[in-house]
Amino acid sequence: MASENGCGLCKISVNNIGVKKGADVLLSDVSFELHCGELTAVIGVNGAGKTTLVKSILGEIHHEGNVSYKSHHGDEINKITIGYVPQHLDFDRSAPVSVEDFLLVGRTGSPVCFRRNKKISKEIDKALETVGCLDLKKRKLGELSGGELQRVMLVNALYPLPELLILDEPVSGVDATGSEKFYEAILNLKQNYHIAIAMVSHDLGIVREFADNVVLINKTVLKSGTAKEVFESDEFKKVFFRVPEREA
Amino acid sequence: MDVIYDTLGSLLPFAWADYKFMINALIAVVLIAPLMGILGTMAVNNKMAFFSDALGHSAFTGIALGVLLGVKNELISLIAFGVFVALVITRVKNKGNTSSDTVISVFSSTSVAVGLLILSYGGSFSKYSSYLVGDILSISKKEILCLFITLIAVVVLWVFIFNKLLIISVNRELAASRGIKTNLYENIFVAVVAVVVMLSIKWVGILLINSLLILPSASARNIAKNSRQYLVSSVVISLLCAVSGLLISFYADTSAGATIVTVSAAVFFITYLFRKK
Repeated sequence: MASENGCGLCKISVNNIGVKKGADVLLSDVSFELHCGELTAVIGVNGAGKTTLVKSILGEIHHEGNVSYKSHHGDEINKITIGYVPQHLDFDRSAPVSVEDFLLVGRTGSPVCFRRNKKISKEIDKALETVGCLDLKKRKLGELSGGELQRVMLVNALYPLPELLILDEPVSGVDATGSEKFYEAILNLKQNYHIAIAMVSHDLGIVREFADNVVLINKTVLKSGTAKEVFESDEFKKVFFRVPEREA
Repeated sequence: MDVIYDTLGSLLPFAWADYKFMINALIAVVLIAPLMGILGTMAVNNKMAFFSDALGHSAFTGIALGVLLGVKNELISLIAFGVFVALVITRVKNKGNTSSDTVISVFSSTSVAVGLLILSYGGSFSKYSSYLVGDILSISKKEILCLFITLIAVVVLWVFIFNKLLIISVNRELAASRGIKTNLYENIFVAVVAVVVMLSIKWVGILLINSLLILPSASARNIAKNSRQYLVSSVVISLLCAVSGLLISFYADTSAGATIVTVSAAVFFITYLFRKK
């Protein structure tokens, strides 16, 4: 699990994803590529199929097409590790689960209510520190603010270190400071780890600032390329014309 | 077994310890209470209080089917039908768009009605009415051994599935994204709950079984901050309530099951006042 910088050679290909629900076509023939060390933003209006796309890539819903991965040695790898930071973690806030419990679950097979492995505990401290959340370790998951929760989710998504990290509207509903801290952590990741990041976002300001590549979708890919290329395209203007830049 | 009676008899210089049925009942509640305390934690986390209530009610049909099919040991048909109902409710709940409390309610009332219908055929329902409130004082040595084996099995299983159930209880999608087979673990869990509920129902009663499963964990949730405190306090509260309830029932000459549940409810309200927000 070396933390080499993104070499740009690893390639995750999303190939011809299609999803149908009854007679409705939610997505058809969606293809694009993701590279390590780069942040690719997926943008589109409400109902364009962004969340459906995320669910397809995660393998949660039945879909056509597939996701393939080529390492920088050129080897084809069938199953890749995907880290996922959900949009709004919908959970019971009164549940007696601490941040430590939550992070331990992914790292150990033994019941988290009993044995505490010191080595793993240290790893968790370190991981929490990288996103500035060490003080949250003993807190109840339900007591965290939106921004804190998303950073804890990010820590969770980074173990085991994924080849692909998916962020689904990661900071919608999070205050400005929380959102800033979250993106700081993301930038840090992009520079220091060998992972490709895909981010679904409504916030075009954030996309313009952080995304290396942008994929504009509406049921299918309308336009993809660098942020500049997409933002200046006719397709982009057509889709977002008269749509306010920041949606609720 | 006689060794246990002698030891407990000499260790406990109380009037009730002279009665074998009280010693049996005590051992039984000491086995049932931790079972309920352990399973209850996840039942409450996954908002399954109503589900387990329906499961208890399905015992009517379980017994009735056993009678119809001429199964000698009612326990077999009880457990088989209980596991079946648990899996079906879970499947319908996860598949359909119908709200889950509606689904559960339909199953609950149907199985009560069908069970009563069959059992009351020919006016013989009174034979089975002991299932309604249960009778812990009538438990036998063999049945105690059976509970003991179940407790060991559940604890062993728990070690393997605890983490998975915990993450599923936080968020299903998140668990799925980590490669956890959410349906599989949920099915294992509901099946185990079904087996334990059906094994205990004869002693605790259809009307009270759910309280025993839910109340200790609900109380523990009021005061616990992490999963360790939650599990430990749930088991401890469950044990304390069960033992004290049983003893109170002896002196007050009340129904054992009802007294245990009343004590558990009192503990719930007390912890509710001290809950951590």
